[in-house]
Amino acid sequence: MSPALAMTGVSKSFDGFPALTDAGITAYPGEIHALLGENGAGKSTLMNVACGLYRPDAGEVRVRGERVSIDGPKAAKRLGIGMVHQHYRLVKAFNALENILLARGASRYGRGLREVEAAARRTCDALGFTLPLDRPVGLLSVAEQQRVEILKVLVEGARILVLDEPSAVLTDREAAQMLDTMRRLADEGCAVILVTHKLGEVKRYADRVTVMRGGRVVASADPDAVSLSELTSLVVGAEVHHARVPARRIGAPLLRFAALTGARADGLRVLNDATFVVRAGEIYGIAGVGGNGQTELAEILMGVRRPLSGSIELDGAGDLCAEGVRGRGAGLAAIPADRAGYALAGSLSIADNYAAGAVLSGRFGGWFRLDRRAIRSATEAAMAAFDVQGARSPNQRAGLLSGGNAQKLVVAREFADPPRAVLAHSPSRGLDVRAASAVHARLRAARDAGAAILLISEDLDEVLLLSDRIGVMSRGRIVAEFDTPAKRNAVGAAMVHHA
Amino acid sequence: MVLDFLMNWLAAIPGFVVPFALAALGLLLIEKAGVLSLGAEGFMLVGALAGIGAILGLGASPLAALLCAALAATLLSLLYAVLVVSLRVNQVIAGLSLVFLAQGLTGLIGTGAGWVNRPVDGLRPVPVPLLGDLPLIGQVVFRQDTVVYLTVPAFALVAWLLARTMVGLRLRAVGDGPDAADTAGIGVSATRYGAIAAGAALVGIAGGYLSVGIARIWVEGMTGGRGWIAIAIVIFARWRPWSALAGALLFGAIEALIPRIAAAGIQVPQYFIAMIPYLATLAVMVWTCLRGGGGSMEPRALGRAHLREDR
Repeated sequence: MSPALAMTGVSKSFDGFPALTDAGITAYPGEIHALLGENGAGKSTLMNVACGLYRPDAGEVRVRGERVSIDGPKAAKRLGIGMVHQHYRLVKAFNALENILLARGASRYGRGLREVEAAARRTCDALGFTLPLDRPVGLLSVAEQQRVEILKVLVEGARILVLDEPSAVLTDREAAQMLDTMRRLADEGCAVILVTHKLGEVKRYADRVTVMRGGRVVASADPDAVSLSELTSLVVGAEVHHARVPARRIGAPLLRFAALTGARADGLRVLNDATFVVRAGEIYGIAGVGGNGQTELAEILMGVRRPLSGSIELDGAGDLCAEGVRGRGAGLAAIPADRAGYALAGSLSIADNYAAGAVLSGRFGGWFRLDRRAIRSATEAAMAAFDVQGARSPNQRAGLLSGGNAQKLVVAREFADPPRAVLAHSPSRGLDVRAASAVHARLRAARDAGAAILLISEDLDEVLLLSDRIGVMSRGRIVAEFDTPAKRNAVGAAMVHHA
Repeated sequence: MVLDFLMNWLAAIPGFVVPFALAALGLLLIEKAGVLSLGAEGFMLVGALAGIGAILGLGASPLAALLCAALAATLLSLLYAVLVVSLRVNQVIAGLSLVFLAQGLTGLIGTGAGWVNRPVDGLRPVPVPLLGDLPLIGQVVFRQDTVVYLTVPAFALVAWLLARTMVGLRLRAVGDGPDAADTAGIGVSATRYGAIAAGAALVGIAGGYLSVGIARIWVEGMTGGRGWIAIAIVIFARWRPWSALAGALLFGAIEALIPRIAAAGIQVPQYFIAMIPYLATLAVMVWTCLRGGGGSMEPRALGRAHLREDR
């Protein structure tokens, strides 16, 4: 059987910086083929070549045995290649059918819409999708929007499906559903290429895996034949040790959350009398099923949301929720979960983003003065110290950094002055293994320097790995506390049973 | 007496409504493609001058003069399109500059060619047989000129085009989600060029109608801010074509009322009446915001230049 898609010797560079060197992938009909690698390994670039968004500098692409030149998204569509991008390409004001019609095209609107509706309903039935086809997609959940995207490429007649990090924004259950759908499509003869950095998904769902590192293919293997640690070492080059490093010296309580109560913007009360303390020199991890008040807790601590009642006392600085108190001035560092929304201004330069952390300290100037030279040299030093890569200069826009490097920049800024207390909310979300462990090492270093660290994460493994104590949050309160090392099952049971 | 006043007022309304309506319709077409169009006043001025110029200079018929008005505005709009679509100049600044450019240019050409204050034989009412002889309604509705008759069909055409054709789907997609449209293989720039050219033609006709249809004379700056009002109407209508026609009716009816109130010797503060449409626009905007934007058809990418990510 000839492969559905065979790419060989593909090279592509941007501004002389090679993103792909002699890379390739061979995907057969009927298989789920995982394309695995760290952030910036070149996975998305390779797939963008397959979808006609980038023209390769060199290399050969064959579709069903025929050599082809894919010179644009339309050509890819004609060849039956459909891509579900990480950031959905949907017109939010349109409903699912209009979005599909837009992508598929038609000579007449009315007839096209009827054809699309028939095809969409057929596909929905076949895949077991429940999806409101007549609501504007902007009103749909993220998982539903993804289904619209999948539906779109299927109705367009794609037989080679590329999904770029499809589970990044989904809950575990939604991700499992989506991957089951992909299995069904593969069984019907589609070739599914899954771009991911989640090893667990690869082990569980993929028939084959191609591993990329630094723009090259380093291995192509049967996931069942390699162990998780072998896969990990293929991805990162060297084996990463997932070992707990306990706290050295835990001091007195530093950060006290007292009867904190808060509501969401729509008035729903999501924090109920949350009470706990974080001591100096420890990492206090909050575990819990998403949506149990973790986000609101983080927002109140950061000062972007006010509590209904209760207080957060930072020793020596008073109540952080009080009017006019600024957490940052009191030595609070924050690594928000929403990197693009709260942590970085994507259209500003890396240097500006870095310097923004020093507004209160006035290190780079006061009201009427800005020391550009100092900012630049400090940023360059921080980028070197925190291993922020992928930028040619600090003047480059921060929005161009990959997820891992953007997070390293946030950490560099927040830890520029030794913090007294740290909020780390899903600090390794969307990061590859190496970047995540770099961030973890920084958190441990801050802890060992005596800071009180609050870690909020929906990734239980991360909480278990990092925390010195664990609090389980359910329905807006701490329902159980564990000393570590804690039994995974015990913590998991507390998360679920109180939900 | 009251009936006379009413009849007089109602019969004058269409003449005030049509320029607003056509200009708003053209703007709506441009803005649905995601391009902010503050240059409406400029397109109208150029249209008004071109209409008179066609009659005085080329001896064109009034309807041919309106075509010239459309053509002239389209030509100017191509300059605007190059600025905001191809060069991605800030759309607010480009729009405002365009107005000033058009003011200077029309003043210069109008004076230089000696078209100022020269009355022309403009559009004439075309009474509809039988219907035009109906009492009251005949005079108000069926004794108007061709452009008035064509205004409602023009709205129907644009509304149908936007909502029920592939062209409309693509145009709305470009205005609402240019990235998604780009991925779908739609030429974002080409679509925006098309929308700007077509919309500007309509705004140009609105301007030409002012000079050829109503005033039958060219006076410098004769549009008198009607382009700005058209922008307010589009906001008032929340980017819905039929609501824009209703908005034009409201604004036009009040404009027609003001001189008649003064002439009838009624003591009402006329500036207050002139203010009502703007108050209504503000009220609609506040109401839309309070409802969380529900029901508004404002294009999400309005005013944002589209640039495909290079990497």
